Amino acid sequence: MDIVLEARGLTKRYGDFVAVDRLDLTIRRGEVFGLLGPNGAGKTTTILMLLGLTEPSAGSVQVLGLDPARQPLSVKARVGYLPDQVGFYDTLSARENLAYIARLNGLNRKEAGARIEAALTKMGLEEVMDKAVGAFSRGMRQRLGLAEILMKHPELIIMDEPTLGLDPEAAREFLEIIRDLRSEGITIMLSSHLLHQVQAVCDRVGLFSKGKMVLEGPVDVLAREVLGGGYHITVEAEGDAGLEAALSEVEGVQRVQRAGPNRFVLETTGDLRPAVARAVVEAGGQLLALASEAPNLEEVYARYFQKEANHARAA
Amino acid sequence: MLAQRSTPASGAAAATRREGSPWTGLWAVVSKEMADYLSSTRMLILELITVLTAAGTVFTATAQLRETVGQDRFLFLRLFTTSQEPLPAFVGFLVFLVPIIAIALAFDAVNGELNARTMSRLLAQPIYRDALLLGKFLASLFTLALVLTTIWLLIAGLGLLRLGVPPGGEETARLLWFLLLTIAYGAVWLALGMLASILFRQPATAAMAALATWLFFTVFWGIIAGILAQILRPVRIGLPAELLAQAQLEQALSRLSPNVLYTEATIALLRPEVRSLGFVLPSQLQGAILGAPLPLGESIMLGWPHMVGLIAGTLLLFALGYVLFQRQEIRA
Ligand SMILES: Nc1ncnc2c1ncn2[C@@H]1O[C@H](COP(=O)(O)OP(=O)(O)O)[C@@H](O)[C@H]1O
Ligand SMILES: [Mg+2]
Repeated sequence: MDIVLEARGLTKRYGDFVAVDRLDLTIRRGEVFGLLGPNGAGKTTTILMLLGLTEPSAGSVQVLGLDPARQPLSVKARVGYLPDQVGFYDTLSARENLAYIARLNGLNRKEAGARIEAALTKMGLEEVMDKAVGAFSRGMRQRLGLAEILMKHPELIIMDEPTLGLDPEAAREFLEIIRDLRSEGITIMLSSHLLHQVQAVCDRVGLFSKGKMVLEGPVDVLAREVLGGGYHITVEAEGDAGLEAALSEVEGVQRVQRAGPNRFVLETTGDLRPAVARAVVEAGGQLLALASEAPNLEEVYARYFQKEANHARAA
Repeated sequence: MLAQRSTPASGAAAATRREGSPWTGLWAVVSKEMADYLSSTRMLILELITVLTAAGTVFTATAQLRETVGQDRFLFLRLFTTSQEPLPAFVGFLVFLVPIIAIALAFDAVNGELNARTMSRLLAQPIYRDALLLGKFLASLFTLALVLTTIWLLIAGLGLLRLGVPPGGEETARLLWFLLLTIAYGAVWLALGMLASILFRQPATAAMAALATWLFFTVFWGIIAGILAQILRPVRIGLPAELLAQAQLEQALSRLSPNVLYTEATIALLRPEVRSLGFVLPSQLQGAILGAPLPLGESIMLGWPHMVGLIAGTLLLFALGYVLFQRQEIRA
């Protein structure tokens, strides 16, 4: 498969402090990669190095087959970057803000005009195109930032904490937009400290802690590795005392917890709803409701460090 | 607070050859910045102050000059140099007004983008930092030149109306050269303002730092130069050679100030009768007047080192800012 971004041994030191520690990272064309981890883990620093906005202390980066330190212009022309807390010129309109960026990208006036309108319309900003950005909400600014990127027709989009500071509804909309972009085949890398919020849009995630990438892979694979599954199935069913035992005997169920008179929460290795439903019926019960919840990255992360700590204590 | 610095790999960026021209996007930056300046309230206020000063001084000067119309070959130049208590001549105003205009234009050039969080967005575009910094500098320089040219035209127009005689060819040439000199003087302060905007994250701090430098050169440097000269070249016995050495050192030191360079070169240009800027202090220039005026070329040559000094100072300050800005990590 086509490799869009590759980092080898990428390291950033601030004095004695190591902000990013020998990072290896590969992103393939068309995937959405999530760089996830708590605040201060080194996500922003990593992104700055990938874009050539700060110099790595060691290691190498290839973006679209180019070295951002040697060919920054070609890289920046083809990569869109949405910084965290993106800012605009408040006295200029949305259109004027983008027009400046278009000129910096060497687009001619006519081409720029058409692309700007298309991008703003796509982001649902056509009504406010000629309004000063000063009055825009956080969510609108975020969409304006994305419109600016789309105007460049990028091959790779890098977003730093794109849902930070958005209300839940705006965040959901924004993630929806990311999904749309993915379906158009644009490669996306995004960072976030809100693990569960973005996990659903990521094909693959890298979990960051203290400058190191500790886990990497698709969410369900990580969940299986660390949690041994990580799915939660909530069952509401009426039945006799044998129901709980029957549920715990379903293959793939790791734990059964009683959450109410007729409610059980199962920890499972996968989405076992059909098997669970069958088990309820076979045990003579009445199934009222059944819901499955995909593994939670937050849990993966917490469990991983718990394991590490136990490991360290044992050793 | 100082802006954050990072520790880069040992000269990695400096050693590698970069693709393309460092000036890609330069004119896009210049035109955006100029449009910003020209539509800003800040600009309006500056124009207002300067126009008032110009009008005020011209009116008081013409009131005096009307009596000498027809007797003075350089009547028009006198518009700029005639003072009437308590107001100083227009050039006297310019010495301190130009730095303030320049600092007001430049003090938030870089930190303003950081605080608006637009900087990282800009630097994610296919341009080098070189183009951004030079573009901002050129835009402020062009804006300053525009303001000053407007004022020049205004004064010339007012003078024409009030005196009723047009300026001669040589006078026009001297005034044009004086305009260039004033722009060069402003450029030093623009570069200083810009350097402050790179060094300090808070625009208010940057403005204060630049203004403190201005105050230092306007008020204190003359005094310090005198004291330093007394210490380094003391007059022990009172020999003329000793006095001369001290005066020469004092002047050499005082010329580290752009204000002094500008004042001296201005005097050479606008007072054609001044034949030397030697070790005579500007305040004692009356004594250096020896009758016949110098031809234009020689007046220019007299102030040439000063002009070069101002340009060199600008380049130095700009280069310093450039180096710091290149190394700065942009997280906003
Ligand atoms: N200029 C700097 N000097 C010193 N330390 C820094 C600097 N910039 C960032 N750091 C430190 O590097 C670490 C990683 O920061 P960052 O990449 O911004 O984290 P994240 O984006 O994951 O929240 C943090 O602990 C931060 O304090
Ligand atoms: Mg961050």
